[in-house]
Amino acid sequence: MKAFDYVRAPSPAEARAAARGAGAAFIAGGTNLLDLMKLEVMAPATLVDINRLDMKTIETTDEAGMAIGALVTNSDLAVDPTIREHYPVLTKAIVAGASGQLRNKATTGGNLLQRTRCPYFYDTSQPCNKREPGTGCGAIGGFTRMHAILGGSDHCIATHPSDMAVALMALGADVEIEGESGMRRVPLDEFYRLPGDTPHIETVLEPGDLITRVILPPSPGGRQTYRKVRDRASYAFALVSVAAVVVMDGDVIDEVALSFGGLAPKPWRDFAVEDVLTAKPVTPDLFDEAADVLLANAAGAGENDFKIPLVRRTLAAALADVTGGF
Amino acid sequence: MNIRFKFDEPDTRHRLDQMSQDIIGKAFDRPDGPMKVSGQATYAAEWEVDRLAHGVLVRAPVARGRLKSLGIEAVSAMDGVIAVLTGERFLRVPAQGTENTAPHQGASDIYYHGQPVALVVAETFEAARHAAHHLALEIETSGPAPVDPEASDTVREETDRSSQGDLDRAMAEAAHTVDVTYRTPGHNSAAMEPHAAIAQWDGDELTLRGAYQMLKFNRNELADSLGIPAEKVRILAPYVGGGFGSKLGISHEGVAAALAAREIGRPVSVVLSRQQVFETTIRRSESRQRIRLAAGEDGRLTGIGHEYLVSNLPEEDFAEPVAQATPFLYAGEHREVVEELARVHRLLAGSVRAPGEAIGVTVLENAMDELAEKVGLDPVELRLRNIPDVDPSSGKPYSSNRLADCLVHGAERFGWDNRNKEPGSERHGEWLIGQGMASAVRVNMLAPAEARVRLSPEGDVTIETDMTDIGTGTYAILTQIASEMLGIVPDRIETRLGDTDFPPGPGSGGSWGAASTGTAVFIACEEIRRRIAKRVAVAETDLTLVDGHAITDNRKIPLPEILAGVAIDVVGELEPGKAQKARRQATYGAYFAEVAVNAVTGETRVRRMLGVFSAGRILNAKTARSQCLGGMTWGIGMALTEALVHDARDGHLINHDLAEYHIPVNADVPQIEVDLLDERDDWANPLQAKGIGELGICGAAASVVNAIYNATGVRVRDYPATLDKVLAGLP
Repeated sequence: MKAFDYVRAPSPAEARAAARGAGAAFIAGGTNLLDLMKLEVMAPATLVDINRLDMKTIETTDEAGMAIGALVTNSDLAVDPTIREHYPVLTKAIVAGASGQLRNKATTGGNLLQRTRCPYFYDTSQPCNKREPGTGCGAIGGFTRMHAILGGSDHCIATHPSDMAVALMALGADVEIEGESGMRRVPLDEFYRLPGDTPHIETVLEPGDLITRVILPPSPGGRQTYRKVRDRASYAFALVSVAAVVVMDGDVIDEVALSFGGLAPKPWRDFAVEDVLTAKPVTPDLFDEAADVLLANAAGAGENDFKIPLVRRTLAAALADVTGGF
Repeated sequence: MNIRFKFDEPDTRHRLDQMSQDIIGKAFDRPDGPMKVSGQATYAAEWEVDRLAHGVLVRAPVARGRLKSLGIEAVSAMDGVIAVLTGERFLRVPAQGTENTAPHQGASDIYYHGQPVALVVAETFEAARHAAHHLALEIETSGPAPVDPEASDTVREETDRSSQGDLDRAMAEAAHTVDVTYRTPGHNSAAMEPHAAIAQWDGDELTLRGAYQMLKFNRNELADSLGIPAEKVRILAPYVGGGFGSKLGISHEGVAAALAAREIGRPVSVVLSRQQVFETTIRRSESRQRIRLAAGEDGRLTGIGHEYLVSNLPEEDFAEPVAQATPFLYAGEHREVVEELARVHRLLAGSVRAPGEAIGVTVLENAMDELAEKVGLDPVELRLRNIPDVDPSSGKPYSSNRLADCLVHGAERFGWDNRNKEPGSERHGEWLIGQGMASAVRVNMLAPAEARVRLSPEGDVTIETDMTDIGTGTYAILTQIASEMLGIVPDRIETRLGDTDFPPGPGSGGSWGAASTGTAVFIACEEIRRRIAKRVAVAETDLTLVDGHAITDNRKIPLPEILAGVAIDVVGELEPGKAQKARRQATYGAYFAEVAVNAVTGETRVRRMLGVFSAGRILNAKTARSQCLGGMTWGIGMALTEALVHDARDGHLINHDLAEYHIPVNADVPQIEVDLLDERDDWANPLQAKGIGELGICGAAASVVNAIYNATGVRVRDYPATLDKVLAGLP
């Protein structure tokens, strides 16, 4: 591990000031960053500890939504009574991730910013455009079981590992960011960037930007589920996951929001899939049609080919669950 | 005084059954347990040593090449860096179990990706790790290195072949045949404690605190690696956090720590990272196994063929003995076993828990399941019909064989008769339910062993041997044997292990540790009993010892009174003899598993599992059961998740940590039940006990994969049965 300076930030402003320097990184739970630092996949010169900042509350917003402090732990968020009652997809997604010990330490903001678990990113003997821009992609032509079938590029096919973010995406969450020019809100869907030819740039955050809260709109109600498919029953990343929020009007899908984990470099939401389903009566063909739209541009890289039929099946099962049909 | 005993004849005396302390076989808590769970048991890296420097090994980033330069300039000015070492005494690979001499050495010839080529020593672990990362290694690559055992340009050699009768003809004439090929991937032991060593020199004498399984051999291996006499080396390993084969031989960290400590004149610690444990220690070879079974109308086997391909590095002798149990488990006069070894540039292949049977019996038991279906016979019944009276390959009788009892008892306990009879026909919601079973078998061995037992004038007992306890229960069972034989309560017995200054034991490996070391203790205790008997003037066989007293002629005499101020100190020495070869010796069992397979996703969850085992006398019901639970849990991992994955281009290990190499977590492991059928195997040793450390894995995975077939109708012949492979066969 490279030696680093440690700064404990007493306020958001001071945290941001400390983090503007070259090679600075915020640390909250540290559940991912510390691993990466030991391997020198990341080697920040300065760690800015934000754990003392007052960002640990979950509150109702004026718009009847929820505002989740960036330092709320995954465990606390998952068991919050309002979240459990009105945003159950979020609770389900969080407890599907990591382990109890990790969820006790991991924070809301940190969870959004965790790095891919692509093994080529983690192994410094291998090329990786995300870790070292311009070195190439080890995964392409390598072992791709965990890799993306949507949204990747010739430079990177890594997947985003978060479960929580998949649920937040389906719920239409915004990320509140305190930056140079004050506070701004970015829809989570716009918060992440696809790799293109700059896979090392993963979000719209600028140096010194601090995530302060995640804002949820009012509960969509309806039925919500998070379905995660993985290699072992716990402590394994999603091969495929589906967050589904559906409001029915009789047999007809009135509103639907879907997002997917394990498929792409970011939590994947495709509004065209939702358009196929909206205002339609539920039939098995309809679910297939939705999958067709989702997978129109899907491409496997070999070992991950199975994700294509798997997500089709998982989507149909999740939709059947929340629509009560088929 | 030393008492030497050569075990030539079966021991029908059953001495332990005649004793009175009533502790042998009981679920006696391990004496070391409280220390371990409260952090007081000191593992190799945990000793506090003055002026300790920290070493971190440097990995080769290529599968084949020659190290031209370390590029030390890049790190020599870094804070805290003391030295960078490499050289011809660095190990290329760890020693195999019982190797007893140095394994292949030399840091500059790179044979596999991840091979340690240097050691950076620094004032702190963090500084050493940082510098190790930043050496500017200059490596001359030496052409393509084959990394895939089955690739066309890989060298493969036939290393073993044995046959009897005419299997081809038996196959041609059989009413029913199975001819299937299965594949199993590489496995890592993944012991909880990573490999670690602290080396300390006093003049020309070396003390190494290490994490090893077989100190008698490790001492010689270390001395030979360093080019010094074995008498100058002492290894201490009183507590070892799991081994499973990965710590059988001296390893990189021990030799590098010793070299560095001598070089810088300070004690040096070297602890492998989890990634290094995966990349540089030992893997279980992957295998391709072709099984041929020929059977009559009634399912009685007429022939068995087991051909397998395994791999190792060039110049390494070890080949996973996949078909070790195939010659004697089932009947059939026509037989063929063929072993092929592929030379690949992957890390060393060696012993991982139950080398041979772990994967060989598993695949044989899958093939038996396929045969049962072809014959239209209950899989339990098929096995019962094929248990031979004598070892069909050698003609030798079995020392004991309770396979039939295990099968029958297990089937009843599990409710086998109520199983789903039609594959794919039992569905609860999304979940397809199925049951499967398999036989278990593992060869039984005895090894030379010595142990000192000292009875103090006060009536306290000390046991000393360099035997290890790698989490297995050695402390408990040696204490129990002495307690039973000498009538001393366990609180007054101290068992001291893991120090090469003590009499040499056999080490922990091959499931032979308990029976071999236990016999050495038994021999010493018998001699102590003879001495006591002499003093009270009775025949030793008439002497009753219980709770620190001798009872004879209606008199109860406290031991101190008999000992009269004089200690009795005996070293028992076991030499295996003719008894070992006179009979086919093995342990047996049966597994039954119920799984649920998700019809949508192909995910498998084991719902319940039962293992019934027979391994001679059970010395400790609790530690024996724990061994079986652990073995079966490994079986679940082998069946569903565990696989070392190598990049096809450079052979580097892709999943080299516990996040990506999926051993089962608690949520993957259901209630497992273990039944032990106690028996006495007179041919095994004077304890009538056999090894049980590996039996629990030898076929366990087959019961799970057979259950997946029963649940879904999908035969997965490529381990592990991950969901994508199951999904491929689901409607």
